[in-house]
Amino acid sequence: MTAVCCDTVAEAVAGIRDGSTVLIGGFGLAGMPVQLIDALIGQGATDLTVVSNNAGNGDTGLAALLAKGRVRKMICSFPRQSDSWVFDGLYRAGRIELEVVPQGNLAERMRAAGAGIGAFYCPTAVGTPLAEGKEIREIEGRTYVLEYPIKGDVALIGAHRSDRMGNLVYRKTARNFGPVMATAGELVIAQVSEIVETGELDPEAIVTPSIYVDRVVAA
Amino acid sequence: MSLDKHEMAALVARDIRPGSFVNLGIGQPTLVADHLPADAGIVLHTENGMLNMGPAATGALIDPDLINAGKVPVTELPGSAYFHHADSFAMMRGGHLDVCVLGAFQVSARGDLANWHTGEPDAIPAVGGAMDLAVGAKNVYVMMTLFAKDGTPKLVPDCTYPLTGLGCVDRVYTDLATFVIAPEGVVVRETYGITFAELGERLAVPLLRLDG
Repeated sequence: MTAVCCDTVAEAVAGIRDGSTVLIGGFGLAGMPVQLIDALIGQGATDLTVVSNNAGNGDTGLAALLAKGRVRKMICSFPRQSDSWVFDGLYRAGRIELEVVPQGNLAERMRAAGAGIGAFYCPTAVGTPLAEGKEIREIEGRTYVLEYPIKGDVALIGAHRSDRMGNLVYRKTARNFGPVMATAGELVIAQVSEIVETGELDPEAIVTPSIYVDRVVAA
Repeated sequence: MSLDKHEMAALVARDIRPGSFVNLGIGQPTLVADHLPADAGIVLHTENGMLNMGPAATGALIDPDLINAGKVPVTELPGSAYFHHADSFAMMRGGHLDVCVLGAFQVSARGDLANWHTGEPDAIPAVGGAMDLAVGAKNVYVMMTLFAKDGTPKLVPDCTYPLTGLGCVDRVYTDLATFVIAPEGVVVRETYGITFAELGERLAVPLLRLDG
């Protein structure tokens, strides 16, 4: 089924259950679906595992969700930033779990989930604390670490435009994790600046085809 | 005279071949961009999904959708291309990137890199793309001061900080000397305001002279 165009962000995030793993797009605030996160805060789902590159910036978006105590665990590459005070406080108080994943592994593990790959051998992090306890294999003289997919119950992504089928185009570096998360989420919800009529987007330029997208909302 | 960070950046830039695809790490390595010749055809990669990244944006050119890995607003150049994160790291890991320039807490004599975590119990670990860059780029250049603020060397026999990558560093550019991490050992290429003998006294790493 192609995407449902929602009238409101509240409608777009309806039905997200407690305990879900939620993939949240964005690199810093570029591509972060802030209005969807605000709607998720209003919707009330809690005990979430959030997968996102960062662990919130300032007091808006993901940081606001964290501040409400809705997140049990963060899986991210770079939690510590100059404006990550919300996460820092929760982490130091022992109120949130953290799994740090190298940025490329974060992306590739979601890509694997979306592509039906059971696991993959990756050279990143060999010999470092982030490979501890993981299976190691030598292939043609090089050492690799076995990495497992990261699948989301939900993906919240920010894109530039959508058509009414849910085909998505992105804008500049705000693309970042969006296309990968769109493949790895069971329920994929995209916030866009504009929904255009089907046929108005150049088929050659579509980055995320509608097959991956369940709901779109202009916000 | 020892070098300042701009002079170090100029030395790194001198060693980047025309036509290279290059990733400059967050912080001091970004200064290297200021010293790359405009006509050298060097293409900058930023891991958040862009090739042929232009200079930092100012004024009306600032666009929140166009940032570098340090989340600083940047600009497009003719020939810029955007791609998603999995592609960005695939091009890195797949050996398509010629050079990356990174900062470091420590580099070992074998080229092990420590640059992501101090290992202190209250430190919040954050790795970003450092481990992916360390194993992915064909050449890894480190730019750092040779000694920490407390005077301890950062070029060491073995890293004591948690590792970012094993045997991945090819060259080290510091305020006092530049080094090549070669199969036969650590080779001193140039010194600045210090002699080869003095370097040998202050570092616990066996050093080789470039001229043998």
